[in-house]
Amino acid sequence: MSSAIIETNKLNAHYGDAKVLFDIDFKLYPGEIIGVLGANGAGKSTFLKAITGLLKVSPEMYTLKGKHAGGMEPGDIVKQGVAMVPEGRRLFPSMSVEENLLMGSFAGRKGRWDLKAIYDLFPVLKEKRNVPSTSLSGGQQQMVAIGRALMSNPEVLLCDEISLGLAPVIIKDIYDSLPNIVSDGMSVVVVEQDVTVSQKCSQRLYCLQEGRVSLEGKSDELTREQISQAYFGI
Amino acid sequence: MIETIIQGLLLGGLYCIFALGLSLMFGVMRLTNIALGDQIIISGFIAIGIAAILGLNVLLIGICILPIAFISGYLFQRMVLNPTLSKDPLPSLVVTFGLSIVIQNVLQEVFSANPRSLDSGGLNTESFSIGADLHIGVLPVIIFITAIICTYGLQLLFAKTALGRSFRAVSDDKEVAELMGMSAKKVYATATGIAFCLIAIAGIFQSIRTTVAPADGPSLLLFAFEAVIIGGMGSFWGTFVGAMVLGISQQIGFKFDPGWGIWFGHLVFIIILFIKPNGLFPKTKG
Amino acid sequence: MNAEVVRNTGNNYVGIGLAVLVVIAAATLPLWGNAYWMHEFVNIACFFIFAMMWNLLAGYGGMVSVGQQAFFGIGGYAMLAMGNLAGFNPFITVPLAAICAALLSYPLSKLAFRLHGGYFAIGTWVISEVIRLSVANIPAVGAGAGTSLTAFRGMDRTMRQYGTYWIALACVVATIVLIYLFLRSKQGLALQAIRDSEVAAESQGINVKQMKLAVYVVAAFGCGLAGALYFMSNLRISPDAAFSVNWTAFGIFIVMIGGIGRIEGPIIGTILFWLINHYFSDYGTWYLIGLGSLAILMTLFAKEGIAGLTHKRFGWDVLPTKRIFKAS
Repeated sequence: MSSAIIETNKLNAHYGDAKVLFDIDFKLYPGEIIGVLGANGAGKSTFLKAITGLLKVSPEMYTLKGKHAGGMEPGDIVKQGVAMVPEGRRLFPSMSVEENLLMGSFAGRKGRWDLKAIYDLFPVLKEKRNVPSTSLSGGQQQMVAIGRALMSNPEVLLCDEISLGLAPVIIKDIYDSLPNIVSDGMSVVVVEQDVTVSQKCSQRLYCLQEGRVSLEGKSDELTREQISQAYFGI
Repeated sequence: MIETIIQGLLLGGLYCIFALGLSLMFGVMRLTNIALGDQIIISGFIAIGIAAILGLNVLLIGICILPIAFISGYLFQRMVLNPTLSKDPLPSLVVTFGLSIVIQNVLQEVFSANPRSLDSGGLNTESFSIGADLHIGVLPVIIFITAIICTYGLQLLFAKTALGRSFRAVSDDKEVAELMGMSAKKVYATATGIAFCLIAIAGIFQSIRTTVAPADGPSLLLFAFEAVIIGGMGSFWGTFVGAMVLGISQQIGFKFDPGWGIWFGHLVFIIILFIKPNGLFPKTKG
Repeated sequence: MNAEVVRNTGNNYVGIGLAVLVVIAAATLPLWGNAYWMHEFVNIACFFIFAMMWNLLAGYGGMVSVGQQAFFGIGGYAMLAMGNLAGFNPFITVPLAAICAALLSYPLSKLAFRLHGGYFAIGTWVISEVIRLSVANIPAVGAGAGTSLTAFRGMDRTMRQYGTYWIALACVVATIVLIYLFLRSKQGLALQAIRDSEVAAESQGINVKQMKLAVYVVAAFGCGLAGALYFMSNLRISPDAAFSVNWTAFGIFIVMIGGIGRIEGPIIGTILFWLINHYFSDYGTWYLIGLGSLAILMTLFAKEGIAGLTHKRFGWDVLPTKRIFKAS
């Protein structure tokens, strides 16, 4: 078993004086797809913020590719190969589709993903390359957001609730394209509220509840009941 | 009347350079630099000082001052202004306001209240004629052309270059920009560095065209501000047009009575603020 | 568990008790002090009231204005006009002038509120300049050179000095008491909610526009009061003195050094300002350089000001406006 690319050890995090994450132990191995589940406010996005460096934690709590990464600037973490598709897409409104994608390659990492590869993955974006990103539909914006994250040729892709606000058909399309993305050993963390989607697309699952890990296991071994209990804390 | 309008346009050129500095810093980091006018004045004094000590001609002074201006702006942003940036506009306003007072009084202490100007070897009095009646100063035309170059340059920078995209990115969404690997701190500092170059150019022109005195700063800030608001935020060409409108308004006012020029500019500003609060060319931005 | 919402703490009562004693002592000043001290007090009272208004606008209302001197000047000129031209007793004109300033602030707000944040700040400055230039063109009040207050002619000098002093004292006490009561009221809570997040406040049913307008008008009233008082005491007015941006500068310095968003902040700041003014203002430019630098340093390193620091360190809250949840 290869060593974890991302590992957290009793990760605690605060917003000001308020503690929001409690003793989170988490491991992500290369090539894995992991689901992180939880209700609103469970701490999923906060956890991702800690991984990307937007929320600072103590150095030893977070190990990235074998080195302590807690407290690192987001820019340096991105250069190490961690990219995020943020909750709510958060495309740059003053930019076109192509400009948004180009921003993703700012960190300068080389790899399989460039503009051509993204347009092959999502052909509709090529048609709309010079269109302001704000004029796209929700599903198309999500494609841009994913493409933008891929442009940094990451080793770890973090997806924060990419199904939010999208029609089921679009969600299916996007999750169906996930294997294409992951083929070259990339690890993916999929944060979702939807249990079905999460269980289906991932190999392992973590469930968060009120800032703590309430359940962990292989996706195909966990029962609906176990997950419900862990999700709601009953 | 034509002469008045042309004088107004040319005056607008100078106001445009003032306004671009304000517009740039606000556009990239929502920071209002109240010390802008005073920084323009102190640039003028520095240019005068360099001329006195080194005896260089105006163009050389300009070229020497630009790198100094960029570095000053970069350091100023990184060390003083970056810490004040947040959702609350108060800290940056108080710091730049305090700076404005400090600059005015330091200049007063060092140079006394007397106005000075920069010797340009007669450039400020040269003029040429179009037809029999129209006489236009060479310097105002140079300033006007510089304004166009600066506006076009900024526009191009923002729209087509990677640096410009990083400006837009941190302005749109600082957090996500950092997720792409950008350092907002450095991007902001670069923007202010460029703004300081514009301020330096404005200071040199102002000190050639007329005089600079320690207390002159605030009026220049108000002109820059009026130009930005009249033109509409979010567009450099909008700022250019706003400066033109302000310049022409002031010139028309001057024509009625020398004491009415600035007042007339204020009046036009107020009217436009009232009927078109987003300016003449607003950019719909979130 | 017993839970209650507590408004006052122990040392708060001590503070109020001390304040009452100070006010009583101050009221008797004319009997044992001299004219110089009375005049000094009136001057300082004007700085204080101006600073309290700036604090109300910026610290509580979230509106940073660099143009409050507009209302200060309007107050001064309204007082002078009513006194010189309409023959009113100047003592009466002080509150009337403040009302003039407040009335004028209503249409001006229509203009100023089209701008936000830093541009709102500069916009208020432009408005102030327009008023200054306009007033400087009115011959009846001395145009650009200004004029003297003649309405006191015929009044005994001692009576003028005593009257001016007591009015100033009354204004200071009224300002503190009214603002204190306002901030502790439901409206005050709404205002602080707006300062923290306009969107959230709006969603709770708070009429943000109305609230901001109310604060703006109140601040105009206060600044107008200060202006009327100042020029009544100094007997001479000019556009440059009345509408100088230095008023705002001093207001900002007092609030930022004393402590923004706290009532005791401007009190501490004004005392400190008076001390600095008293000992150093002869140094002209250096004094201003020092004040400016101090304000910058406080903003960068001690944003809460002196009152904020003592609150953090020692838990002092002399005039608290918070509601503290105590569970036992």
